[in-house]
Amino acid sequence: MAEDKTEESQPNRRRQFLTALTSAVGVAGAGAMMVPLVASMSPSARARAAGAPVEVDISELREGRMMVVEWRGKPVWIVRRSEKMLADLTEIRDQLADPDSTVEQQPAYAANDHRSIRPEILVLLGVCTHLGCAPTKKFERGAASGVSADWRGGFFCPCHGSRFDLAGRVFKNVPAPTNLEVPPHSFVTANRILIGLDSEETA
Amino acid sequence: MSKFMTWVDERFPATKVWEEHISKYYAPKNLNFWYFFGSLAMVVMVLQILTGIFLTMHYKPDSSLAFASVEYIMRDVPGGWFIRYLHSVGASMLFIVVYLHMFRGLLYGSHRSPRELIWLLGMLLYVTLMAEAFFGYLLPWGNMSYWGAQVIISLFGAVPGIGPGLSEWIRGDFVVSDATLNRFFAFHVILVPLLLSLLVYLHIVALHKVGGNNPDGIDIKKDKDASGKPLDGIAFHPYYTVKDNLGVAVMMTALLAVVFFVPELGGWFLEKDNFAPADILQTPPEIVPLWYLTPYYSILRAVTFDWLPGGAKLWGVLAMGAAIVVLFFLPWLDRSPVRSIRYRGWMYKTALTLFVITFVMLGYLGTRNPSHVDLGLLKNVTWSQIGLVVYFAFFLLMPIYTRMDRTKPEPDRVTGQ
Amino acid sequence: MKKCIVSVLMLLMPLVGSASGGAGNLDKVYIDVSDQPSLQRGARTFVNYCLSCHNASFMRYERMATDLGISETLLREEMMFASDKPGDLMVTAMPAAGAKAWFGVVPPDLSLTARSRGADWIYTYLRSFYTDESTTTGWNNALFSNVAMPHVLYQWQGARSATFEGGGVADVSSVRYQSVVPGTMTGREYDAAIRDLTNFMVYLAEPAKLVRYEIGFWVMLFMGVFIVLAYLLKKEYWRDVH
Repeated sequence: MAEDKTEESQPNRRRQFLTALTSAVGVAGAGAMMVPLVASMSPSARARAAGAPVEVDISELREGRMMVVEWRGKPVWIVRRSEKMLADLTEIRDQLADPDSTVEQQPAYAANDHRSIRPEILVLLGVCTHLGCAPTKKFERGAASGVSADWRGGFFCPCHGSRFDLAGRVFKNVPAPTNLEVPPHSFVTANRILIGLDSEETA
Repeated sequence: MSKFMTWVDERFPATKVWEEHISKYYAPKNLNFWYFFGSLAMVVMVLQILTGIFLTMHYKPDSSLAFASVEYIMRDVPGGWFIRYLHSVGASMLFIVVYLHMFRGLLYGSHRSPRELIWLLGMLLYVTLMAEAFFGYLLPWGNMSYWGAQVIISLFGAVPGIGPGLSEWIRGDFVVSDATLNRFFAFHVILVPLLLSLLVYLHIVALHKVGGNNPDGIDIKKDKDASGKPLDGIAFHPYYTVKDNLGVAVMMTALLAVVFFVPELGGWFLEKDNFAPADILQTPPEIVPLWYLTPYYSILRAVTFDWLPGGAKLWGVLAMGAAIVVLFFLPWLDRSPVRSIRYRGWMYKTALTLFVITFVMLGYLGTRNPSHVDLGLLKNVTWSQIGLVVYFAFFLLMPIYTRMDRTKPEPDRVTGQ
Repeated sequence: MKKCIVSVLMLLMPLVGSASGGAGNLDKVYIDVSDQPSLQRGARTFVNYCLSCHNASFMRYERMATDLGISETLLREEMMFASDKPGDLMVTAMPAAGAKAWFGVVPPDLSLTARSRGADWIYTYLRSFYTDESTTTGWNNALFSNVAMPHVLYQWQGARSATFEGGGVADVSSVRYQSVVPGTMTGREYDAAIRDLTNFMVYLAEPAKLVRYEIGFWVMLFMGVFIVLAYLLKKEYWRDVH
């Protein structure tokens, strides 16, 4: 009886070891084969080419006007703000939820009072931070804007009434939680902006 | 764990099913090389479904986009080429495995009573699989895809009376077009896979009801020990799971070798002409289906006798159909007192050898120009006609030669391992 | 060692018979997509000559540059004539309608020609042009009779006239060329340039070819280990079966 036991236990250990090893290698192999399958769901070369940085010529953009370009399927607003518009930004500070742009909704170079590289040129992602609607521009001052009597110009989201100033900063007591996002961008020349690429990255 | 399993088992027969079909399912202990291919077929089928799901995410079933979307998969989708090659090579691999699986049946009499239903369900699987392959072959929208579908669908036009209308109904147009591509896509990714899954399930249920055959073709359930376990049976798990695991390892190595080193396999798995987009104005120099359908294509083209009533085309289609249908009757055509080739006489051995040679020859000729001479002496079409006669003689004379054949006595217990 | 095994496997490949047979009268070309300088030279010829009329509409400039080790500056300055975005597909500036009017046919897309026609075909075709007064372009081709395409590389090869042995039917196997105007290249140099171009077009038809042999080698190694383990495991369990 005792002899039987020793005879049995020897191959059993080998059996357990081989079973564990083969299973591990088999699972690893099957897992490795799944990698390309799962990876195929990430953005393809076509999607990445379509999401490549977009170069925009702003020489035609006049003061107080806005142009919209598409980048990665999202609208990007470019506004050339007037002196007056810039002056208004400081006056409404106390009505804003995050006037100093402490929440990371912008690259470091846009974390300033005007939220832009050059004070007059604003680059914003036109997607409401509440639920992703497209806010509309309301640049007229006062009641004519249809927002409120003391309106100094900015953006208004028709979906749930979120309001943003002319630097894309969100007002207090609206559904949107944060300021509008500033996409990475850089100036190639004085009148050409590259949207989607920081200047640090190109270097 | 056992507490959890008790909880489950009170609500679902998990342990019962596991024991009945895996851990206490006793398979004959003498199963040899030929018994790998059933489980291998299942593995490749799962692989086809898996890769198919990911291809469907990127493929566009639209005649103006389909060809480009396949190239998009091959180039722009990360890992896309690997998935596509796995799927295209997997299709051929599935047929290789299925043909070997079927040949196993002929060798050891797996179709014989009481396993007729297993054979019939298997034949249904085979025919459904051919449909799946045919529908899938149109999807890349290459020139061979297009003309292959055109030719095969027009075969239905040979049906007397309703033929032309039937072809149009299948195509949804007067030629193979966007409508055809769209419905073939629906068949290929939904309808036929569902059918295949159901049939695989039924095939296995039927198999486990009567138990598997073995190379000796004898019943192992006659001799049981006190606990009711067949003396010549061993548990499917772990013995056949570890054995099949080895089979899967070898097959996957072969499959992956083709995927990485020769994905076109010299035109046998991916045809040259299919790298040009479908062109309504230009037929490829030779329209041939992929290799797994060419034996039947050969039979179709072998019928060139215009003196037949109704014309050669109709009889060609009938011959091709009959070549597949006759396989269904195999359990009743075979009248030998023994199942396995080990105990059959020279007649069946000769007949089976001739049949295999003929089937391979027909498959080869199906890829060749009928008027050329590739096998020496005779034109390809003449060889196909000889092949056609041998093919049908194998089945139709089977009741005679299997009964006349001088068989050896079967052993009481299985031989070999 | 690995390279060695890969090349042995690649050498074995022609042994796998061809299903479609293929014409036996084509000149054989030696293809090696791991020869990066050759691919680069071929790419240069391709973008300068072929891409003026033909598309390679499944290929992106960026992919080509990355795969062939071409810098972005070089790509932008010397290889992109119809686009300014590296992510763009390699599409010609020539409008399809104009091409149809000028050549009578739209020049076919070249992305997959090496797979649909084969490398030997391309190599033979590009070396089979001869002068022929009877055609609109003044050129004809011994492999592709009355092709609409003129001899784009004639400055390299020079102009040749052709005679055909026996009956005068245009065919590559019976053609004899006579030099009319010498080209800037010798025959050997021209063959080498076309070999590079063909090599590039083989890459172009299947960019994955650059990586699949190498990945395949590691996969085979892994599977080899797995087979050994699976075999030992099977043997171990089957000791029970008598």
